Amino acid sequence: MASAAKKLLMDPFSDNNPITVQVLGICSALAVTVKVDTAVVMTLALTAVVTLSNVVISLLRNVIPSGIRMIVEMAVIATLVIIADQLLQAFLFDISKQLSVFVGLIITNCIVMGRAEAFALQNPPKASLLDGLGNGLGYGFVLIAVASIREILGFGKWFSFQVLPDSYMGNGLALLAPGAFIILGLLIWAQRTITKKVEE
Amino acid sequence: MEFLSLAIKAIFVENILLAYFLGMCSFLACSKKVETATGLGFAVIFVLTITLPANWAIHHFLLAPGALAWINPNLGSLDLSFLNFICFIAVIASMVQLVEMILDKFFPKLYHALGIFLPLITVNCAILGGSLFMVEREYGFAASTVFGFSSGVGWALAICSMAAIRKKLRYSNIPPGLRGLGITMIITGLMAMAFMCFSGINL
Repeated sequence: MASAAKKLLMDPFSDNNPITVQVLGICSALAVTVKVDTAVVMTLALTAVVTLSNVVISLLRNVIPSGIRMIVEMAVIATLVIIADQLLQAFLFDISKQLSVFVGLIITNCIVMGRAEAFALQNPPKASLLDGLGNGLGYGFVLIAVASIREILGFGKWFSFQVLPDSYMGNGLALLAPGAFIILGLLIWAQRTITKKVEE
Repeated sequence: MEFLSLAIKAIFVENILLAYFLGMCSFLACSKKVETATGLGFAVIFVLTITLPANWAIHHFLLAPGALAWINPNLGSLDLSFLNFICFIAVIASMVQLVEMILDKFFPKLYHALGIFLPLITVNCAILGGSLFMVEREYGFAASTVFGFSSGVGWALAICSMAAIRKKLRYSNIPPGLRGLGITMIITGLMAMAFMCFSGINL
């Protein structure tokens, strides 16, 4: 059991990473990664939502009629996202303003829906909890990696602390949309070369 | 004129896919063939053009702070805007269902070509994102219709050009680790860069 649990938790970090391998949830991975602090908050919000939605759907899995399961999943996810959004607005108002519409877009983040559909509907709550946690953190891992590269290249800072000397000019491209695409592309290249998983 | 400039902005300057990263999942999954890409592009245009005005009405008359005052002045202090997300997604889900039925009846070929991706429009962030932007930027009814339509056109334009590029890409020699997702991301980045050249346009 211990190794199975560990596998559920650790797999999403590399072998089965939601972003680089399953190609889910790319939108927010690119949009909120201008700075590391927004990426961290987004990771926490998404991890909380995916973990809780997995648990709730797994608890309900025997009572949901299969014909309307999508609607039930949507309702559960949307409720959790509303709670997350209200909490962010109450306690982290500045960051919630920076994340703008992307907190609401957790509803349509394919990771949440995908895990509910692919895992929570067939598995007991405890395994679903670990699966949700693993996928949320695996997502956050990529998010924080992309955000670190973008913030360091773009501002010369990391977590708003100066890491590069003041004479560093800051590369505006890393902060703009094209930079995000290219950095994630290169990251995927590196990851796939290391894990030797190649698409045909 | 104001609407034309809004449309140009939504299609080119602030392309919903290339500048806001919305709808990436289906963009990456469905851009392998030009036919599927075109079909999905039109479905997205259609759904966005209908859902935005519908969601505008729901937000404006039911959920916005003080919106219920038209029923009874006592309800004027109510702020139901926290229900935005769940109502919008319900409207989108039912609209997609409607589009699915129409396509099945009148364009069965397109319906089969789109297959699983049609229901997935529900979870296409571009659709929900359009509605959320509409609320955040406080567009009026006509402006939200124009914004919905032109965001859809911008998305369709991006996915069609991507599909055309990927068709050519099949014959090129790409490093093994970069094949598939990696090179697609980088090309999207280059496309985004090209679209940024439109940013000086002011009508």
